[in-house]
Amino acid sequence: MTTDQVIFIILSVITLGTALLVVTLRNLFHAALALMATFLGVAGLYVMLDAGFLAAAQLLVYIGAISILLIFAIMMTRRLMSADEPAFNSQVWAALVTAVVGFLVVLWAILRLTGLGTEDLSILWRAPVDSKPIGLDVLPYIQNSVAAMGQAFVDPNGFVLPFEIASVLLLAGLVGAIIVAWPKAEDEES
Amino acid sequence: MIPLSWYLIVAALLFSIGLFGVMSRRNAVAILMSVELMLNAVNINLVAFWRYVWYDNVDGLVWAVFVLTVAAAEAAVGLALIISVYRSRDSVVADELDTLKN
Repeated sequence: MTTDQVIFIILSVITLGTALLVVTLRNLFHAALALMATFLGVAGLYVMLDAGFLAAAQLLVYIGAISILLIFAIMMTRRLMSADEPAFNSQVWAALVTAVVGFLVVLWAILRLTGLGTEDLSILWRAPVDSKPIGLDVLPYIQNSVAAMGQAFVDPNGFVLPFEIASVLLLAGLVGAIIVAWPKAEDEES
Repeated sequence: MIPLSWYLIVAALLFSIGLFGVMSRRNAVAILMSVELMLNAVNINLVAFWRYVWYDNVDGLVWAVFVLTVAAAEAAVGLALIISVYRSRDSVVADELDTLKN
């Protein structure tokens, strides 16, 4: 077992273990903290995949913004913090069965697509294309990928239209969130 | 060397955990957190396929960034909705939000 495999397994265990805590912990505040650890593990997986920019964006957007937003929402809705409330609804066992069956179907699809016996689609079991050894020479390559992504965002033949639409979506989400959460007139009097 | 299938299996597990959370949690904020787990699983898949199959092309990374953007907008609007619902109904338990039932 090589070093990057060990790192991958450690990151996966962190990610999946804390994700299990997120869906099972009764105390929502603790669940939100576990969610931050999950995001951190996913950011580590991005680094393993040479997606450094995405790992940084994950840290900023998920851990920095979304987690804080979630914690604010948890603190502003007081019933969440009480520990005697049941965490699950009545369909917890049906949900568990559905999730397990869903995972088994996806696992079957992955193993089948990779063609365990045949050479067909063996790409799923090979090393990544143009694999570079971990080291300093990896750095300029990552910077090139970031530069290429930045150009793709503003390229008329690339993603300039989705890029602009994404900014409109963010503006609409901002305005919509403010309007939806704005206190009503009767609330202000009380 | 890490095979692509390892990433796919981890992403499938993460997605299934999120799916379980969405279907079983009572609290609306917890449901939203489970949705974030599912979006993260999708992003792992996108980046893994980009890295292993289309490394000369940045489309996979760009898509992952868009998923990140939409997730941020979704979290903001979803939490605003939850706070608004809490203000008017004094509850964030999804089972009790049944005004439109029957």
